[in-house]
Amino acid sequence: MKLNKRQSAILMSAITTVLLVTILVGGLLVSNDRIVTNLEYRNLPPSLAHPFGTDWLGRDMLFRTLKGLSISIGVGLIAATASVIIAVCLGIMAATMGRIADAVISWLVDLFLSVPHLVMLILIAFVVGGGMKGVIIGLALTHWPSLTRVIRAEVMQIKAADFVQTSRRLGKSRWFIAIKHIFPHLVPQFLVGLFLLFPHAILHEAAVTFLGMGLSPHQPAIGIILSESMRYLSTGMWWLAFFPGLLLLLVVRAFDLIGDRLRSLVDPYRANE
Amino acid sequence: MQNIVLFIIRKMTRLLSLLCAISIITFILISHSPIDPIQAYIGADMMRVGPEQRENIAENWGLNKPPAEQFYHWGSSLLQGDFGTSMIYRQPVAEIISEKFLNSLALMIIAWILSGVIGFVLGIVAAVKRDKWADRIIKWYCYTLASTPTFWMGLVLLMIFAVWLEWLPIGMGVPAGVLAENVTLTDRIAHLILPALTLSIVGVANIALHTRQKLIEILSSEYILFAKAKGEKGFTLIWRHGIRNVSLPAITLHFAAFSELFGGAVLAEQVFSYPGLGQATVEAGLRGDVPLLLGLVIFSSIFVFAGNLMADLISFIVDPRMKERRSL
Repeated sequence: MKLNKRQSAILMSAITTVLLVTILVGGLLVSNDRIVTNLEYRNLPPSLAHPFGTDWLGRDMLFRTLKGLSISIGVGLIAATASVIIAVCLGIMAATMGRIADAVISWLVDLFLSVPHLVMLILIAFVVGGGMKGVIIGLALTHWPSLTRVIRAEVMQIKAADFVQTSRRLGKSRWFIAIKHIFPHLVPQFLVGLFLLFPHAILHEAAVTFLGMGLSPHQPAIGIILSESMRYLSTGMWWLAFFPGLLLLLVVRAFDLIGDRLRSLVDPYRANE
Repeated sequence: MQNIVLFIIRKMTRLLSLLCAISIITFILISHSPIDPIQAYIGADMMRVGPEQRENIAENWGLNKPPAEQFYHWGSSLLQGDFGTSMIYRQPVAEIISEKFLNSLALMIIAWILSGVIGFVLGIVAAVKRDKWADRIIKWYCYTLASTPTFWMGLVLLMIFAVWLEWLPIGMGVPAGVLAENVTLTDRIAHLILPALTLSIVGVANIALHTRQKLIEILSSEYILFAKAKGEKGFTLIWRHGIRNVSLPAITLHFAAFSELFGGAVLAEQVFSYPGLGQATVEAGLRGDVPLLLGLVIFSSIFVFAGNLMADLISFIVDPRMKERRSL
């Protein structure tokens, strides 16, 4: 069976989505007694019974990693959604509410882009007092600027399009134009933006947690697993860090892939690349 | 010439407005933090400190005054170049930042140059061999790198080169247990290699993909078609008409990536316990060192701004099209 680009893009996205949902649900279903301390099986290298090995307390690394990933995906999803909503609102406001609103919003975008992203996250985590709340607020507040620019440009372009101008001359209200003409064009931007922000959000969550400013040490987040593993790396327990990080990479890559494919579905110009 | 001066003046005003906003917002945010700076300062000795002593400490740091007055005090000394005193290092913040920045700078410059050169070359190769296997490998590699957590890359390098092969030291800026005056340059370099390598590996992706994209655009332009019609081909064609045109956007992009470079340095320094600015940022955040954190936020945004300014200046000076657009 020969698929065209469109079909293969849909198929790829579907397969990747199923994979991600499996990890998410799998992680949620793993009961806590699968990662319970088990001193008999301490420091085991990867084997058939424990594909990712066990740690210094005898906990199975595969189940810890899955649980950590599902936490990360959850946090990333909340934060990315919030960020996309902020970006859509600000982008629309900048494009439609006149010069002053536009200037204020683009100044805000510049403001957020002028501090290194990670420093900003550390600052927000510090201000909120760390923990899950700090990470989610930090991620939500820092991922909108670039998408806001995209949405602003998009809305500007639609506003200037002939069909919108015609509609306005025909006497349609601003509200009608916003809902019937502009909004439908933003739905795909919203979805694509979500999937493209997601990888950044997860990576930043892991990074902040790794630095000790994020999720609490009691949760088996990937950042926690990796920062704990640093104490044992010099003794040669490579599996503690290698597999969790690799799985995180795969999840991030998968989301990136879906976002990219979705974008080429939405934007026919790019689809031929 | 006058144009450039005007241009710089405009940029500087923008920097000042942004810096003012950043310092005000950061200060307000931090003064609402639930973390008590006195408790953070005293740490584990909290039980042994009486209320009077707490008062004294608050008095000493000026923490008992209203936030507006604190800000006025901090802001006016900031304008004189005084960032205050760090609580954990008990040294002036400016001193700590300049000392740590030298360490970080060595790391970041090496990584920046390496990733720039490698990324540029990879991008050109990919564009020239478009859709061949070399392009596919480079593209795949770059997309994968873009999804790689920086600190995990650091951990992997550490496991391979420091633990397994034992070629390089595991961490720190200098060997442990050696007096400061006995540390040789070789020691310093040996401790610099792994963090710098981590940073440069991760930094390659962006620049390579961008260069590839631009060069593909250029290669499908009419002047390339014309050059081909004249009989130019292969390396000469790319060298004469491709590289010159693609190098400017690449350099601009690379200068504008200072923000990511700084973020990457924070992570790489943490993995290798390298005593730079990034580690100081993490320490300041974890242990509630407010003056140091404030100073670092401001310093890092100046750093990012410097990168953006250089990117703008280079394209302003070098690219003749920019000048024309401005005079129109």
